[in-house]
Amino acid sequence: MDNILSVRDLRVDIPLAGGTLHAVRGLNFDLARGETLCIVGESGSGKSLTSLAIMGLLPKMAQRRADKLEFSGIDLSSAKNRQMRSLRGDRISMIFQEPMTSLNPAYTIGDQLTEALLLHRKVGRKAAEARAIELLEKVGITAAASRLEQYPHQLSGGLRQRVMIAMALMAEPDLIIADEPTTALDVTIQAQILRLLVDLQREMNMAMILITHDLGVVARVADKVAIMYAGEVIESGSSKDVFTAPQHPYTRGLLRCIPVPGKTKPGEHLGSIPGIVPSLIGKTQGCAFRGRCDVAIDACAHDIPERASVEGHLYRCVHDNSQTQFSASGEINTTSQSEGRL
Amino acid sequence: MIYTLKRLGLAILVALAVSMLSFTLLHLSGDPASAIAGESATDADIAAIRAFYGFDRPLIVQYADWLFSALRGDFGESYYFQLPVAQLIGDRLSITMTLGICGITFAILTAVPLGVAAAVRPNSMIDRVALFISVMGQAMPSFWFGLVLVVIFSIKFRLLPPSGTDGWQNFVMPTVVLGYYAMPAIMRLTRAGMLDVLSADYVRTARAKGASEMRVMFKHALRNAIIPVVSLSAVQMGFMLGGSIVVESIFALHGAGYLAWESIGRNDLPTVQALILIFALFYIVFTFLSDLLNAWLDPRMRVG
Ligand SMILES: Nc1ncnc2c1ncn2[C@@H]1O[C@H](COP(=O)(O)OP(=O)(O)OP(=O)(O)O)[C@@H](O)[C@H]1O
Ligand code: SF4
Ligand SMILES: [Mg+2]
Repeated sequence: MDNILSVRDLRVDIPLAGGTLHAVRGLNFDLARGETLCIVGESGSGKSLTSLAIMGLLPKMAQRRADKLEFSGIDLSSAKNRQMRSLRGDRISMIFQEPMTSLNPAYTIGDQLTEALLLHRKVGRKAAEARAIELLEKVGITAAASRLEQYPHQLSGGLRQRVMIAMALMAEPDLIIADEPTTALDVTIQAQILRLLVDLQREMNMAMILITHDLGVVARVADKVAIMYAGEVIESGSSKDVFTAPQHPYTRGLLRCIPVPGKTKPGEHLGSIPGIVPSLIGKTQGCAFRGRCDVAIDACAHDIPERASVEGHLYRCVHDNSQTQFSASGEINTTSQSEGRL
Repeated sequence: MIYTLKRLGLAILVALAVSMLSFTLLHLSGDPASAIAGESATDADIAAIRAFYGFDRPLIVQYADWLFSALRGDFGESYYFQLPVAQLIGDRLSITMTLGICGITFAILTAVPLGVAAAVRPNSMIDRVALFISVMGQAMPSFWFGLVLVVIFSIKFRLLPPSGTDGWQNFVMPTVVLGYYAMPAIMRLTRAGMLDVLSADYVRTARAKGASEMRVMFKHALRNAIIPVVSLSAVQMGFMLGGSIVVESIFALHGAGYLAWESIGRNDLPTVQALILIFALFYIVFTFLSDLLNAWLDPRMRVG
């Protein structure tokens, strides 16, 4: 399959007073049209910075480097501002974490919905508005036509996030990045909004990067999963491989709270693993998880090899964990049988 | 619409309160009859004058009488000039208004771009220059700045007339002095507002849509950042009416500010009262206009 997005060794550094913060440290992934990559990781692991790095919207002081950052044949790392602008909102769009503040309070929903289309396409106001109404209906907003005249403060959080989704889809992008699109919303509507997003993504055959804490959702919608820890992807692979045979001790810890992967109800959150993420300021060596890992050994303080359990299922650990199996009760069994079932 | 009517009603109440307060204060601050009668007047003279002008009536009656005449455009007769006040202040007022409007325009046109530029590149050269200009503006008294300008542009280079009311040249330096007085506050509020708004999520959303920097700055950011600036400008405009007293006297512009200053010294009550009412009305009109402008800028304020 042709990759729409290809990322090799993506790094984001933020110079701070106390030294450089290595917030994203060497990410690799590929994404094909129509595919969904879920990025999972606890707060501060660099998920948002990764999405902003792809969008070219990092904070000014942040520095981005990558061996390869290619979107549909375009090298984003060398693209000029002008070219990035023409991609954003047209071929790549993003849905943000905070629906309450991501809409401009001074303009109507209609103004903001049509903006991207008017900027990128040769369409008139009327046509753009018709498209906006069509999308508002698609995201399940009633009385869509009359919403165009409303202002953000007149809408609830759930409605605003639906508007944000409609806005991101206006130009039918090839890639959509959704950064925790439901975290700020009421638990009861989180699942609704996510399902909507996933349905639309399938319908429009877009590639999607979905950042979420909801492992139930990941199990249901992801084609690929990347588990981030302290700025690194410590395990990645197809959703099936990662869920049925998690390799990294951190991933295993996360999944411990899920009795039956795939049947977990939406809204379920990450299992908690005692300990804190180490500071990423200055030089870091060895496995960042070793302070919290119960199978850590001395070698964990040195360079960690990247291993593959099966083709395309990668993890970073000194141990070759493919010999150990993960069980639902949480113990790590030393069986050599790999049944791919929990 | 309801919003507009409410603001308007409130504005009228404020105007009434201001005029009532100033009327009372002026009458309590001294006996107007003895002021008119002069130093050598006898008690009988003063009593006659008091009766003639009606100063012996209850204050509330005098106020009502004055207010109803004022509403008809009749502000009484100046004690000093022996002329109808309305006629006296007509021309003077247009000078002060011209000066005030030029001054606030100058202030906004320099302060807003400078504030935006400073916010876009905080701690840059332009930010420091802006800070310097605003500190200077606050540290320097208007009369001193006015005199410096006169020395440079009138005496040394002979470019602008130092005083008088003959043509637009006479308004250049007063405008700059008066505008510079209001500029620092407007600039710093613009800068702070822009800094705040530029890190807002909706600005990032605009960028994510592929909007150009110009569009992000002016369409998405400035519109939100300018809202407090509009209210501040109305307040500054009020201060400038006061400031114009100083500026008019430096440049011998015979405007309403200058007249107010002189009339207070002369105890010319009808003139002073009329000027206070008119200045208050102007102030209220500016505030009202700025409220309307803000309601247009910020839909959240449009609730009744
Ligand atoms: N503008 C910034 N200045 C300094 N540090 C930053 C900035 N933005 C992010 N960071 C730091 O970079 C790290 C990664 O941040 P990021 O926002 O990508 O985390 P995240 O995985 O999205 O977390 P969350 O789940 O809370 O959204 C964090 O340690 C954060 O403190
Ligand atoms: S490398 Fe060591 S510390 Fe890191 S996960 Fe593997 S065993 Fe644990
Ligand atoms: Mg985030």
